[in-house]
Amino acid sequence: MSHTEARLDQMRGAVPPRPHNARTIAALTSNPGCVRRAILDAAGVDKPKLAAAAGFPAPFGQSRFAITRGNAFEAQVKANGCAELLRLLREQLGLPVPEVSYDDLEEVAASRSLQLRHSRTRQLLTRAAGSGTDAGTLFDHPLLALEVGGRLAYLEPDLIAFRLRGQFHVVEIKSFAAIDGQADSGKVAAAAIQSAVYVLALRQLLADVGGAGLVADEVFLICPENFSNQPMAARLDVRKELTVLRRQLSRLDFIAELVEAFPPGISFDLEADDAGVPRRPAAELADALAMLPARYMPECLASCEVCRFCRNEAQATTAALGRTVREDLGGVEYVDTALGLASGDLEPDLDTEDAAAILQTAARMRAESLGAAG
Amino acid sequence: MSTLTALARAQARAGGEAQPLALVRHLHIAERPLVFIPLALAGEANAPLAAMIGDEADSPRLLVVNQPRNRDERFAFAAELARVVVPYLEGFATQAEDVASGGGETRPRFRYAPQVFMPSRASIGFARLLGRSTRFRRTDGEYAVDAAVPVLGRWLSFLAERAEHPGSCLLVAATEVLSLHWASGQSGLEDLNLAALMAWIEPPGGLTCLQAAAAAEDPLQWPPAGPATDPGFDNEVLAPLIDAYGRADGAAALQRAEAALARALSAQLLPTWGLMWRSIALLRALPAGGHVGKRWDEDRAAFTSYVSYLRDGDGLPQPRRDGAVAAARRLSWLERAQASYAAQRAFDDPLAMAEFRMSGEAFAGRVVAAEPDRLDTSGRRRTLRPRITVETTDPLTVETGTELRAVTRLTQRATIVSVEPGGPGEPIRVVIELAGGMGRSLVAEPGTVPETGEWLCYCSLPLGYQPVTDFPATNETPWTHGGPPVPALPADEDAVEDWS
Repeated sequence: MSHTEARLDQMRGAVPPRPHNARTIAALTSNPGCVRRAILDAAGVDKPKLAAAAGFPAPFGQSRFAITRGNAFEAQVKANGCAELLRLLREQLGLPVPEVSYDDLEEVAASRSLQLRHSRTRQLLTRAAGSGTDAGTLFDHPLLALEVGGRLAYLEPDLIAFRLRGQFHVVEIKSFAAIDGQADSGKVAAAAIQSAVYVLALRQLLADVGGAGLVADEVFLICPENFSNQPMAARLDVRKELTVLRRQLSRLDFIAELVEAFPPGISFDLEADDAGVPRRPAAELADALAMLPARYMPECLASCEVCRFCRNEAQATTAALGRTVREDLGGVEYVDTALGLASGDLEPDLDTEDAAAILQTAARMRAESLGAAG
Repeated sequence: MSTLTALARAQARAGGEAQPLALVRHLHIAERPLVFIPLALAGEANAPLAAMIGDEADSPRLLVVNQPRNRDERFAFAAELARVVVPYLEGFATQAEDVASGGGETRPRFRYAPQVFMPSRASIGFARLLGRSTRFRRTDGEYAVDAAVPVLGRWLSFLAERAEHPGSCLLVAATEVLSLHWASGQSGLEDLNLAALMAWIEPPGGLTCLQAAAAAEDPLQWPPAGPATDPGFDNEVLAPLIDAYGRADGAAALQRAEAALARALSAQLLPTWGLMWRSIALLRALPAGGHVGKRWDEDRAAFTSYVSYLRDGDGLPQPRRDGAVAAARRLSWLERAQASYAAQRAFDDPLAMAEFRMSGEAFAGRVVAAEPDRLDTSGRRRTLRPRITVETTDPLTVETGTELRAVTRLTQRATIVSVEPGGPGEPIRVVIELAGGMGRSLVAEPGTVPETGEWLCYCSLPLGYQPVTDFPATNETPWTHGGPPVPALPADEDAVEDWS
């Protein structure tokens, strides 16, 4: 175990690490500059639990109805050896899909340990990559792995790797609807970045046998059409997402440096007593959290479990009002500073000179306009 | 967003209360608006779960889909909704007045028009999809639906389309219009929560804005305004109730299960219902801007023409997608509406004008010199062309020759003759030549030329008519754009489209 890993383990304490998944890896791209999240994720700290224990529970939950619908739709697409899926690939995407074999990688002999399943996936996929036949094959439930911040994260996607004419394609099944050919852009973007995680993991898996180039940039998105349960297929180019993802993952390699910057005693140990309540008091956990610098912005509210803690901490900043607000205030960090510069009470320095001039004009115009009314 | 609104947000944050972004109201508020709050079942494309609707604050009507995954119940909901919405809308299509339509002709326009208030853009999106899923339905044949359903679909589609026109207020999203008039001390994303936004503008008794905004995020106190419901409510309350309804055996048990569902959903909707009417009252209390009536006239005209389309023609449903020419025409129309809406707001409201003063397209200052008797003798006839000099400290970017209009003197044309930059810290001197609005003689009527010492605001945004871009007729759509489109007639499969 490396020194960094030991440090991270020590931060997490006596509880097992919480594994990454495609969603958490994809989330890394939404606020890559946040050291707090980078370290908590690298250490495998249970963020929802930590946030709750520190007094700021995450505002997320998933509706039973959404989960049921998602599972039902996926089951429908995959039923009978993915018959429906193959029909879509043939008819809607015009792929010359021949007879296709279907391999479910979920059941592996007696053992279902992650390592075993992963090596089984690797074995099957590398063999397929080397075989050079034109036969189509669907691999369901492959267990992939991706190195995140120097640690291996296992990914257990409900995904299918589809091999056709020597190329592997990721097939992503989502239950949001595309109505008259249009789906919610936010949901499509999220699906694209998650698919990119799988593409990357597949490429790493095949890289050892020189097969990274065999995984296509283009993924197939399957979602319900219009208001029905009928699936439809669309191609999704994830090249841009791959670039973003690669850049963020390479940044995480600096996690070692980040960790070194903190005193050794820092701990987020969530070890619970018999009643399931973390032994350490909320204030202590909050203090530990506060030692990791965060970069809060309102978008965090949609993606990070620690968001309410960070928002509370960032109350006085302009960034808490939104990135564009911060920019429009000339990049000034604190609300009071911006107001001080605007009123002229605060002497600007070299950095804030330009911002101060604009803020003063804006303040004068607001005052003038409001005065005109009264 | 702009520096001005960003500053207002910062002030709201520091001062702990919302700050005004407008001095006048920029939308028409109808005498009898209809509040419509739909809830949808999570995970589905467009499965109605419940709605609270009505045009009187103290008599909300609750519509519930007991089994949201059941197709028949969905259509029953749509029919019930139609029986509320369609009579409300068509009730305004009674008294018409004749208005000039150019060339000495007149055309009728209804005196009144409906106005529907929904909580947010997301709710409008739900209404748009509900319109899309119901407007193609048929009232005969195998999958016949209630006659009111496709009419509802056409109306919801019309309203949702109209809601994309800048400045239109036939269908309004409360969070959007509130944010246009007030800056809260939180982010724009948090403003999407109606309860949180209202907490900043008008906190409920005894709470500071900050406390109220924090409370607004607790879904137990302030359930979401929809269409998405709180997942906690879904899992702990709704799911067991729907299951119980499914298991209910016998009329009495069914009735009990129905009543329990209605109670739970009513409790989810009532807080938002109250917020909606408070929002309307808050907005109504502001004085209306000068151009609000003009924009409402356009809304009434749009309403009138859709009513006559439904009455006179085949009343075909809106196509799934616009053809190339229709789409281009619509885009150009939206762009012009956007520009004129911005200009109208600026002329109506000093705070809105301040945005253009910041960007240099407008300026305000004091008249320091005036030549009210100046005559232009260069032409064949002498004409009255007074000149004034205005000093301003605004960051001006307009150039010599630019046409301007003063907010307080809309009938007078003004042209910039020269701009004389001042030194550092000194005001800019702008010399302006005036034409029109001064009477017929060669001597300006008293008060028609700004006098020395007067404070004026000049703006370069065009307020009047803007030329319409020419587009080919639909049947002359060029081949580059797919050629003339096949007329979008609703197909059989549209009418029986799966809604599951």
